[in-house]
Amino acid sequence: MISKNYIITAPEGIHARPATALIRLTKKFKSSVSLKKGDNLVQLNSMLNILAIGAKGGESITVIIEGEDEVDAAEAIDDFFSEVLKNL
Amino acid sequence: MSFQIKGIAASPGISIGRAFVLKKNAIAATGVLLRSSQEVLNDVKRFEDSVQDSVDEVEKIKSNPALKNDEVGILDTHIEFLTDPQIKSNVIDKIEKQKRNVKDAVIEVIHDAVKLFEDMDDDYMRARATDIRDVGNRILKNLSPSGQTKSQEFGLDTIIIADDISPSETIAMDMQRVIGFATSVGGKTSHTAILAKSKGIPAVVGGGGALHDIENNDVIIVDGLDGLVIINPDKDCMAGYKTKKETYDNHFKLLQSLKNVPATTADGIEIKLLANIANADEMEESLEYGAEGAGLFRTELLFMNRDSFPTEEEQFEFYKKVALKSRSKPVIVRTIDIGGDKPLPYFGLPQEENPFLGYRAIRICLDRKDIFMTQLKAILRASEYGNLKIMFPMIGNVLELRQARKILEESKNELLDDKIDFNKGIQVGITIEVPSAAITADILAREADFFSIGTNDLCQYTLAVDRGNEKIKELYDPFHPAVLRLIRHSIAQAHQHNIDVGMCGEFASDPLATLLLIGMGLNEFSMSGASIPAIKNQIITYSHEQAKEVCEKVMTMDNSKDIKEYLEELKK
Repeated sequence: MISKNYIITAPEGIHARPATALIRLTKKFKSSVSLKKGDNLVQLNSMLNILAIGAKGGESITVIIEGEDEVDAAEAIDDFFSEVLKNL
Repeated sequence: MSFQIKGIAASPGISIGRAFVLKKNAIAATGVLLRSSQEVLNDVKRFEDSVQDSVDEVEKIKSNPALKNDEVGILDTHIEFLTDPQIKSNVIDKIEKQKRNVKDAVIEVIHDAVKLFEDMDDDYMRARATDIRDVGNRILKNLSPSGQTKSQEFGLDTIIIADDISPSETIAMDMQRVIGFATSVGGKTSHTAILAKSKGIPAVVGGGGALHDIENNDVIIVDGLDGLVIINPDKDCMAGYKTKKETYDNHFKLLQSLKNVPATTADGIEIKLLANIANADEMEESLEYGAEGAGLFRTELLFMNRDSFPTEEEQFEFYKKVALKSRSKPVIVRTIDIGGDKPLPYFGLPQEENPFLGYRAIRICLDRKDIFMTQLKAILRASEYGNLKIMFPMIGNVLELRQARKILEESKNELLDDKIDFNKGIQVGITIEVPSAAITADILAREADFFSIGTNDLCQYTLAVDRGNEKIKELYDPFHPAVLRLIRHSIAQAHQHNIDVGMCGEFASDPLATLLLIGMGLNEFSMSGASIPAIKNQIITYSHEQAKEVCEKVMTMDNSKDIKEYLEELKK
């Protein structure tokens, strides 16, 4: 299991467009990916749940990745939060 | 019948056309329960088929190559909602466990999801309820074979009137002929608003139930500037709007043509155009006008209309929001500029005979270190999220600057002790608005990282003129040679000491002064975002050499009347 913390740098937070991109990214991997903010933990495959968690710009979240390709998945997600998210 | 409806201006511009009223069929749950496991199996299958049909439909809309990126983005989001495992399992649960029929199950699940978003404390998220409703309606439509919608044929210059326009409706619409939107519900961040803006079509949203009185083919004016919808206007009103439309359209063309043009003089000297802002929304808006940052972020707004001083946390959030919206462009945060003329109900400032010469701005801050440090710590913490600079207002002598800097150092040390990150090299500047500061600019420039010339106060202090006093308002005149000399001296001293110098007063947004100020060597102008294109237009027209000549000439003139006439003459 890999667990990483991120601070959301996009001012809008994880809104519809980044959430869509994130779901599609994680679908490429076999690992199960979940998102945690505070005490709320959701699977990173549901638009409804990701938006409902309401991660705003500047807030910190934890991504938990578990599965056979977790290392590759973690790397892709890392790239998403540090680079891709800025341009969405 | 002629009438007018007030709504929210959602997309600027004016359009004049004819109404096309979009009606939707009301959807209600039936309450019919499923009676056999076969029926349950059937309805689960119908749900899955309907979702697949919906996805196919959206993919089909998406395949149109004419769509813009943000439209494709919305459709992708809809596909994710349609295939959302949480929504799916909620619907199937209702069918299997509560024996709801498939339509009722979808209606209930979508209703709950819509409610979840509508209850959020964020405008953007509330507006996402429309997406969910849109997705739900599509699934429901595909559940009943009769629910086919026929494509709508619009006449020329159609203005769409609706309760709300769903995102996929807007995208699938034949936009060639649509020139305006008016809706009963929705806010500035609703889909109708976002899409109307992206397509450059005027829109008014949230007009309320009064829009139901509009009939097809009524003549409609959508005023997306003032948020008005006018139905069957009379002749005078129509004529007035035709003029207003023309003025706006011309202005808009100028704005558009200048937005991406760099603010460079004809001979290639770069000038920075910045915005004066009061919150994150204005920061965002100003970037649309081509601002390269904020030359003045007034922080007073957060302190007004409340019962107590904002906490460090509240202030931090407020400044952070602006920092995040600034896209790493510079933002000059001015510490609070309050005084007897702008009293705070929770902070008992005594009535003063001369509030402008009294206990105000940095003078309060140096006296009330607690208030000052709370603000400084909040700004420092927010400096992690953008390129923030700190500016002290109303500095009159170097001792005040030193004392303010010392308190800033104490604030930094407290954060360091608490292991809180901030930009340790944050720049610290002052406003030049008290004549003593302008006259001693050579002294202050040694200890400030930048100057920002606040012409409003500088002018009224220098000329001993209260600009709020109607009887003497003619005397308030920034073109007075005394004011010009102080401005020129401040700029020259800043250059000599290699520090940045900008101007944040109204003088910076006066096109008559632009050339003169460039001639004095000013290279940062800060103003309201909307003023930027007009000033840019001045900058690109003239060369720096011309500006210097104009400045030399103006400095030899002995009164403001001659100066203004001379500058007016140049513009012709």
